[in-house]
Amino acid sequence: MNIQIENLSFRYPNGVLALRGVSLEIAPGEQVAIIGQNGAGKTTLVKHLNGLLLPTEGRVRIGDWDTRHYSVAKLARRVGYVFQNPDEQLFTKTVADEIAFGPRNLGYSGERIQELVEDALQLTQLQAMRTTNPYDLSPTWRKMVAIASILAMDTPILVFDEPTTGQDAASVAHLAMIIAELKRRGKTVVTITHDIDFCAENFARVIVMGGGQVLLDGHTRTVLGQTEILAQTYVDPPQITRLGLRLGLAEVVCTPQEFLDAFEKQCAA
Amino acid sequence: MPIVKLQQVTYHYPFTEKPALQDINLEVEEGEFVAVIGPNGAGKSTLCYTLAGFIPHFYKGELKGIVEVDGVLAQDSDLSDWVLKVGLVFQNPFNQISGAKYTVFEEVAFGLENSGVPRAEIARRVEEVLQMTGIADLADRSPYSLSGGQQQRVALASILVMQPKVLVLDEPTSQMDPIGTREVFGVIRKMAEQGMTVVMAEHKVEWIAQFADRVIALWEGKIYLEGKPHEVLTDARLVEKGFGVSRYTTTARLALPRGLWQKERPLPVTLEEAVAGFSALRNARRKQG
Repeated sequence: MNIQIENLSFRYPNGVLALRGVSLEIAPGEQVAIIGQNGAGKTTLVKHLNGLLLPTEGRVRIGDWDTRHYSVAKLARRVGYVFQNPDEQLFTKTVADEIAFGPRNLGYSGERIQELVEDALQLTQLQAMRTTNPYDLSPTWRKMVAIASILAMDTPILVFDEPTTGQDAASVAHLAMIIAELKRRGKTVVTITHDIDFCAENFARVIVMGGGQVLLDGHTRTVLGQTEILAQTYVDPPQITRLGLRLGLAEVVCTPQEFLDAFEKQCAA
Repeated sequence: MPIVKLQQVTYHYPFTEKPALQDINLEVEEGEFVAVIGPNGAGKSTLCYTLAGFIPHFYKGELKGIVEVDGVLAQDSDLSDWVLKVGLVFQNPFNQISGAKYTVFEEVAFGLENSGVPRAEIARRVEEVLQMTGIADLADRSPYSLSGGQQQRVALASILVMQPKVLVLDEPTSQMDPIGTREVFGVIRKMAEQGMTVVMAEHKVEWIAQFADRVIALWEGKIYLEGKPHEVLTDARLVEKGFGVSRYTTTARLALPRGLWQKERPLPVTLEEAVAGFSALRNARRKQG
């Protein structure tokens, strides 16, 4: 199911113009990262994907649905949204209930709900915590509960708003694994992140936002080498990319392995 | 004389069997900038809460050992006195913002108002701190209309304005863009140079290496490693325990067996160290070749 955003502008009731003419298309099964400075419009943009916000101008289509004509509840069948702050979405007494809430509301059969809950528990490694109250868990695990509760809705499109925030190295690796599995299953994943290294290592396409507009959109390697445009929106290229640029490597590199291969070649030349 | 002193500190949250902190001994000098690293669940936030007096005054549970700041024991002090000495910037700015104020300016002024500071002085200090933290242009916005990273700056400003002797920060840049992170580290470094004592829980090791004086690595509630940032952050034991390490360190480690990093050279943590190291190797190779 594709996402089509045409000339989207959005003004908050307080007058702030948060999006200015954004157009982009995301194909089914694509893995896209959105980066950019605080206040660039990243969250405002993704809140348009499930109808939490409606365009002031332009339009957003999820498959053949124009978001202006479908309720948030309807759009929830197509787009799952994991909030930046898990506390904004968790409210039941146990982890398993929390995860079952979404699929139950989508009207799935009891058997299917159970399957989806088990699958989400497994992917997020929450099996041992199924009867725990989400608020007895650490913020890291609460975030995983929030993710699991969206995974269980089995939507074709998933949106993660800053899933890496406050996570340690092991949790970031775990997230990368979840995203890889979603890719294998053919899901579309749209992720906002400030962790540029996470972005470089896990996404093929990157959209860079600044001042409510799309500044860059393309293949990760191409986008992340554009130091000057990135700096406009307060983003540094990934650590490894910066190292490669500073040493004058012929190609833009994103991972330690790529760096070492390119560096070895340069030394031999 | 250290301003912060923890001796044999062990703490249990209510109804838990495993201590969140165990046998912590820590002294921090006035004006020192100490960074605390560790995987999630290692006890970083608990240590912050202990320094800030939330443990034992708010969280209850069982606290053993000595917690002393500026010559006063936490157990003997009132939370309302303690917070004037030790300011805590929360990990989640949503938890810190009062909800009682309509603008960023008022929010930052809130603590001073409650301490009975004269009106003119409040205005002066708030303006100064808004400038310093780079949010002067947001002064008239509602704190709730801001992005996560902007709210984190408001949270920092509302503590800095109180001029605490000890500044405790729990991942204060977790929602900030990279360049914002660097600016905030710069502000905090400057505060330390002006004599404020800083203890900061943080994952971003590249910045810690450039700005902190000392690093404490926590693991399962205990101090696992401690020392100069460079020594701690390149210690191979961090990788074993699942600590985050700099990608420059990782790259140099992978480079060693391929002969792409000089054996005698310390591993890099920052970009500059990595550039210097790889350039030196390249020059050496080219001379040979």
